[in-house]
Amino acid sequence: MGPLRLDLTVRRRSFDVALALALERETVALVGPSGAGKSTVLRAVAGLVQARGRVSAAGETWLDSEHGVDLAPERRSVGMVFQEYALFPHLSVRRNVEFGRKGQAGLLERLGLAALADAKPRELSGGERQRVALARALAPDPAVLLLDEPLAALDAHTRAEIRGELQLLLRNAERPTLVVSHDFEDAATLATRVGVLVEGRLRQLGSPAELVASPADPFVASLTGANVLRGRARATITGLTELELPTGELIRSTDRAEGDAVAIVYPWEVTLSRTEPDDSAQNHIGGIVASLVPVGNRVRARVGPLTAEITADSSERLGLRVGGPAVASFKATATRLLSQSGDDYPPKPPSL
Amino acid sequence: MRRAFHAGLWACAALAVAFLLLPVLAIFLRVTPTTLVGELNDRVVLDALVVTAKTNAIAIVLLLVVGTPAAYLLASTRFRGRALVLTLIELPLVLPPAVAGIGLLAAFGRAGLLGSSLDVLGVALPFSQAAVVLAVLFVASPFYLRTAVAAFESVDRDLIDAARTLRAGPARTFALVALPVASAGLGAGAALAFARGIGEFGATIMFAGSVRGATQTLPLAIYAQFDQNFDVALAIGALLVVVSAVLLLLLKLRLPWARSASISPFGAVRSTSR
Repeated sequence: MGPLRLDLTVRRRSFDVALALALERETVALVGPSGAGKSTVLRAVAGLVQARGRVSAAGETWLDSEHGVDLAPERRSVGMVFQEYALFPHLSVRRNVEFGRKGQAGLLERLGLAALADAKPRELSGGERQRVALARALAPDPAVLLLDEPLAALDAHTRAEIRGELQLLLRNAERPTLVVSHDFEDAATLATRVGVLVEGRLRQLGSPAELVASPADPFVASLTGANVLRGRARATITGLTELELPTGELIRSTDRAEGDAVAIVYPWEVTLSRTEPDDSAQNHIGGIVASLVPVGNRVRARVGPLTAEITADSSERLGLRVGGPAVASFKATATRLLSQSGDDYPPKPPSL
Repeated sequence: MRRAFHAGLWACAALAVAFLLLPVLAIFLRVTPTTLVGELNDRVVLDALVVTAKTNAIAIVLLLVVGTPAAYLLASTRFRGRALVLTLIELPLVLPPAVAGIGLLAAFGRAGLLGSSLDVLGVALPFSQAAVVLAVLFVASPFYLRTAVAAFESVDRDLIDAARTLRAGPARTFALVALPVASAGLGAGAALAFARGIGEFGATIMFAGSVRGATQTLPLAIYAQFDQNFDVALAIGALLVVVSAVLLLLLKLRLPWARSASISPFGAVRSTSR
């Protein structure tokens, strides 16, 4: 299948969504806070909302407002998976999947839906519904696949499993695929490139690794799960930069910055101890453990302004408890600094 | 004090229920059931039954064929004056039946607004069976339309969008998705309209008259019979009570056609066989 090219603007009440993207046979994820216009982009590509600009896929022009081209949704070759899946409640799994094109026994088989072919959507689990929605979208062999928050309707414990399934499926989808998600981890798992959309504009586009390694701004950093600490930076004679936090604490970094800046530290770069350790880490921040959230075999601990991710084993060995003291340590070499001139960073703490 | 209050509440409730049930019960208690059934064999009753069934059947078909697409448009399209249109189609609900009758005469009567044009076509509506159909349509339509608009409005917008991305044009989307998903509400609306239609009296007697075998429906027959043969009038009354009660029961129990389209009778079988 040919590439998907879009360069479009959608008017919305509060702001315009404006985005230009080109997708080869790959999966690109759009992440961002809710209300950023992510779903609007998908709907505009599908022709479900009015947009201006250009959209073309597989060598076919779907939208070209300058030349008065605006194909109806049924004439655009898109497969769309809706957030709540939007399965037709009155039709069986088979008839749902065959709604767009008949004769999908093979597809049902391939997605493990053959045994459920006669079931109605309400009889299915969340994961099964998602597979039906995917099968239905893929059945007419669309030029473009669009997925709106494909994992949001699932509960936490099926989510990881379904994410793995979906990752495999998208890798073999062999067509431009645009996924929308509010979760960076989901996006990073499913997509080869991730675009961060805030208030209708693309803040950064890159591979998940690029976004983590060099976030363009504090918002992107916090979206990827980093700790974002604001302060005032100044160079020191040791060659390191010191960032003074509003609380008076100092954070050292090997990056250079001057004036208002933010330090970016990933939770997995932060170690915890009961007392301040005598080690090579330049940064130690003591505080009270505000929360301990188990995530699989790890624990995310909130200590003072920082989130640390440590193994459940270590957490137990240290005897960490909510309300107890702990010291968070991280290296100056693991601390990224971003100068901050303007203030476009929404005051939103990194999610736990 | 509290006890007295509660006793008062119960007394009011009992009074209200008794008052509403007494006339209905009286129909069945005045004469024996066998007499009631016997009186239904009366020629007058049979004629009225045929007129009622025929006119209401035609009215309901017309209502479904024209009203359903109209309701879909009103539910799915935003246009200026939409709220006004939605209010106007409910007007017959609050209009006194006598006003409906005089209005129909003024519109379709010989000397009415459309009377001369209809005359040219050789159509004389007043006091014909077609007039009964029009009267029934006029008073019953709002019951169907407002329920149908609500039913279409409650169809998840994503279902419609999903159908469109699956190569279905607007007409196919309407037929294959909107219609079946809204069918429960549409059925309920049709039942309400039917219940209102078979009881239609005021507009019919003014616009269509009460000609036995032509325009005399069951309610009109009750009126014609009650000073001639009270038992026949009672028997018709009993028949209408039974029909109305069955319709009400269907609505309350949401029997298959009135049930949500997503719930099929096979679903229940499946889950028990697991």
